[in-house]
Amino acid sequence: MSDDVWILGINMTKFGKHPDLDTVDLAAAAARDAIADAGVSMGDMGILAAGNLMGAGLGIGQALQKQIGQTGIPVYNVSNACATGATALRTAIMAIKAGECDFGLAVGVEKLAGAGLLAGGSRGDTKSEWTPKGRYGAVAPVDGRIGTDTMPGVFAQIGMEYGHKYGGTSFELFARISEKNHAHSTLNPLAAYSKRMTLDEIMNDMMIAYPNTRPMCSANCDGAAAAVVVSGTKLKTLSQEQQRRAVKVAASILTTDPWQESCQILPDVNTLTRNAATQAYEAAGIGPEDLDLVELHDCFATAELVHYDNLMLCEPGGAVDFFESGATWRDGSMPVNVSGGLESKGHPIAATGIANVWEVCHHLRGEAGDRQIENAKVGLAHVIGLGSACGVHILERAA
Amino acid sequence: MSQQVPLVEYLVLGDDPHLRAHECTKCGARYFDRRNACASCFADEFRDVDIATSGEVKAFTIVVFAAPGVPTPFVAAMVDCNGTSVRGNIINVEPDAEHVSLGMKVRLATTSLGEDTNGVEAVGFGFEPVPA
Ligand SMILES: [Zn+2]
Repeated sequence: MSDDVWILGINMTKFGKHPDLDTVDLAAAAARDAIADAGVSMGDMGILAAGNLMGAGLGIGQALQKQIGQTGIPVYNVSNACATGATALRTAIMAIKAGECDFGLAVGVEKLAGAGLLAGGSRGDTKSEWTPKGRYGAVAPVDGRIGTDTMPGVFAQIGMEYGHKYGGTSFELFARISEKNHAHSTLNPLAAYSKRMTLDEIMNDMMIAYPNTRPMCSANCDGAAAAVVVSGTKLKTLSQEQQRRAVKVAASILTTDPWQESCQILPDVNTLTRNAATQAYEAAGIGPEDLDLVELHDCFATAELVHYDNLMLCEPGGAVDFFESGATWRDGSMPVNVSGGLESKGHPIAATGIANVWEVCHHLRGEAGDRQIENAKVGLAHVIGLGSACGVHILERAA
Repeated sequence: MSQQVPLVEYLVLGDDPHLRAHECTKCGARYFDRRNACASCFADEFRDVDIATSGEVKAFTIVVFAAPGVPTPFVAAMVDCNGTSVRGNIINVEPDAEHVSLGMKVRLATTSLGEDTNGVEAVGFGFEPVPA
């Protein structure tokens, strides 16, 4: 069909520490390699969508153009928390679908190595006079006094809430999810951490927010990812090799969190993911049982569990049994996070939503080497940004 | 008697401390903060309602690493107070997984944040275990 959109080229840098490269260097490396992978040139691009959460407002797109080509095309600098990369990709896809251009470039980049704990501002207590401030009329910072704003703590509660609702969760269960992802990472040369960890090592590591220990949290690191998208019509005019390696975007969905009773207390990452998945399966004309691999947003081990259910990889309420069955290991019936996931591959925030797509494309093209999921035809990439935004992309190998 | 001020406006002090929410008069959605319109149904009329002071722990975490200046460890939780979800710390309990559990019954309790230079005491809240 003429309104199909395809990924023509895609790339991620190694995730980890890049002390000698700045944000623009990393973005430029991923963008130039994605364009080379596509077999086209910067001059072909009709739109650039770019995301860099830590530098939001500074115009990463234009800064990137100065390094790889100032062609005067429209730039969209996007920001959507941890869904920033997926949002950039979807922006480029929408421009193609709208018929504005044949080729688009999406880039996500972050420098986070050594950033420490994210979110939850510092507390400077000055008790000269209690003065109500903000929409809660608070006389002092509430983080730590009325619950927690830290990401490990928020996502810990999200996993615990699932356990309260359906039972079967435990510290050990969540740690075993992390054990799986760290085991998967040993096959990924681009992962920030690729060391296998035993269950004991994971459980006895530094506790951050129970039940999440340090290796159960996503790894702050540097990294970038970029993708070149093309219209189906244009793709037909390109070489056989380009057509063979192109990956079809069967669904590109973005949702936000609809109102739920408890969403003012604990962010609801469930409903918007379920909504995105439902829309994505419908758009792609497939069901979860058709997926060969899934890269989902395991920002914390506690989050991975709930997304098995939200993405409908298992029966409602059945995430614990689903994991216990071994289904989500790379040799299971539904491999999840064979890249190592955010817990070991790393989570350079704005890059993550394109890097997940890169991982899936790598398998669909049969280019994943030692960690190739054999004969993968269809895959799903999912990200969540708190606030909240959810991106789901379903990708299909060229016939 | 010294003067008191609540940590947040939705904490009502006095003989019977409790939380108070803004309830949408159309759909019943409850908010602890000020809203311009209802996030659920977009209506813009609210009435104040008192929230039950006892409830059940629906989710919790024990925070060990927090922002600078936040004392740790502490237990952060979501408490179901008779159908209204409330965010708060679990207090007056050992902050470990042996003493805090999902489904645990808790009740509202107040805590002092100290006095400012005018001698005004700020009072916060948390939830403490209900003895069996
Ligand atoms: Zn309403």
